[in-house]
Amino acid sequence: MHAIEKIMAHHAGLETVKSGQIVTAKVDFAEINDLYLQTIYSFKEMGGTRVWDNTKCAFVFDHFAPTPDVQSAQNHKEMRAFAKANHFKHHFDVDSGVCHQVMPEAGLVYPGMLLIATDSHTTTHGAFGAMGTGVGATDMATILLTGELWLRVPEVIAVRLNGTAPLGVAPKDVILTVLGTLHADGAVYQAIDFIGDYVDHLGVAGRMTICNMAVEAGAKTAYMQPNQAVLDYVAAHGVVDYHVETTDPDFQYAQTLTFDVSQMQPVIAFPGHVDDVRPVAAGTGVKVDQGYIGSCTGGRLADLEIAAKIVAGRHIPEYKRLLVVPASQAVLQAGIQAGYIQTLMAAGATVTAPGCGACLGVHQGILASGETCISSTNRNFPGRMGAVDADIYLASPATVAASIIAGQIMDPRAAILEAIK
Amino acid sequence: MKQTVVGPAFVLGDNIDTDQIFPGHYLALVDPQAIAQHCLAGIDPQIAGHFPSGGIIVAGRNFGCGSSREHAAIALQGMGAGAIIAESFARIFYRNAINLGLPLLVCPPLHGAIVAHETVQLDLLSGIVKTAEHTWQGEQLSGIAVDILQAGGIKPLMRQRLHQGVSG
Repeated sequence: MHAIEKIMAHHAGLETVKSGQIVTAKVDFAEINDLYLQTIYSFKEMGGTRVWDNTKCAFVFDHFAPTPDVQSAQNHKEMRAFAKANHFKHHFDVDSGVCHQVMPEAGLVYPGMLLIATDSHTTTHGAFGAMGTGVGATDMATILLTGELWLRVPEVIAVRLNGTAPLGVAPKDVILTVLGTLHADGAVYQAIDFIGDYVDHLGVAGRMTICNMAVEAGAKTAYMQPNQAVLDYVAAHGVVDYHVETTDPDFQYAQTLTFDVSQMQPVIAFPGHVDDVRPVAAGTGVKVDQGYIGSCTGGRLADLEIAAKIVAGRHIPEYKRLLVVPASQAVLQAGIQAGYIQTLMAAGATVTAPGCGACLGVHQGILASGETCISSTNRNFPGRMGAVDADIYLASPATVAASIIAGQIMDPRAAILEAIK
Repeated sequence: MKQTVVGPAFVLGDNIDTDQIFPGHYLALVDPQAIAQHCLAGIDPQIAGHFPSGGIIVAGRNFGCGSSREHAAIALQGMGAGAIIAESFARIFYRNAINLGLPLLVCPPLHGAIVAHETVQLDLLSGIVKTAEHTWQGEQLSGIAVDILQAGGIKPLMRQRLHQGVSG
């Protein structure tokens, strides 16, 4: 069996499972973000009064952090009241950050667990050897009621990443390159297991960036076998009790795609389609109005670090803006401690509260009609960050930084060389 | 669950994402009727006001991709969609729609074969899709999806189970 199948079997109380089988699995942690007040309504409509286990569920207020309007403020108010009434052990209010960053930082994510959250990017937690998958509000309500969820055991496809990344090729470039081949529906209903020596040596932040975007190919979940960096991370965040699953050597993947990371280059996804991926050079000369560094894909400390190094001593052009949205309060504090935030601000960056920010077009940096943004986030659907006819290019944080300094899309390699000189 | 659904076709393309179905700007809304007013606003804000009651959405691949927002399924149901037929669905959207009792059917490529406003009939148990001139065999719904749809959605199903658990 695959490690993911073993996680599912274990949580369903079964010896074995196979792809296509429907199982009812016990959930280790249920996380609800603040778009999902409907979860509480559905829970009550089902006849629920008390959640099944108030130590195993939490709200994370990240999409409206802090609230931009009366309606979202009302939603937060009702969610806080529910959390209080149920005596939730964990609660993450508007000071926390994006749920997928906040959860591991709080020591709530560990190898072998089953984590369900009301967010499609819950695939992120495959970085830790956990099974994470997203659901909607009403599915989540059934978990709050019963502690269980029905799941179909997915086929598993392997994405083999071999080699060492050349200068300027970030984990974001790697996953965009994979998506360019796999396409936006290349893994619908399936799981993606990222394997290969590139993954074996990758740090936690890079692993999270790659697993985060597995859902952009439609994947139900993502997986990476935990390495020492993961075990060190969970230990440092207070996790002691967990079991690392491993894939049997004779496991047959539904499909294997192999990539040579050492041959990759910095890339961008062109507006409208996450899988319209081309070398950065293909966008040369495209004027940008806004750079955006943030989100559960590209708002971690390593992302702020490379951006700060690139913009150090420079300033964005007049009439442009650079938004920096740390993925969590811990990231923001570490970024201040390291001086990255000060460097970014000196270059003209607008630093906003940790959270989802403008990534999904709710607040704090929405785009006007006809504007162009280059962004370290994960989605460039029409209208994602504001006006339907605003253009969003997805890129690595380095490419975003180099581009906004230049005022136009720019390959980051010269700027990185300059920065590390 | 009505086994047969009949309605006029409303045709969309591939990769219709949940931002197009329900833009992020409206995500704080919780009232289903208010949500429905913005359905498909990412494609054209006029659609929701003119959508034919009981209309059947006919789409291509990967319908409902992107965010897990249940608002997308709530909006489509509230706007009056009777069912959605697509070549494939994104999995979270699929679960959300079935949970609400909004029927979905996976069917081989219909793109170009069914035109706007044409009357479409689908049989949810057999998976057969018909127009005046053509018949297609779609995928049969899984047992669990049928159970949820038969109950009128997962909320009534869970209420039943909770009640049985208490009384039994």
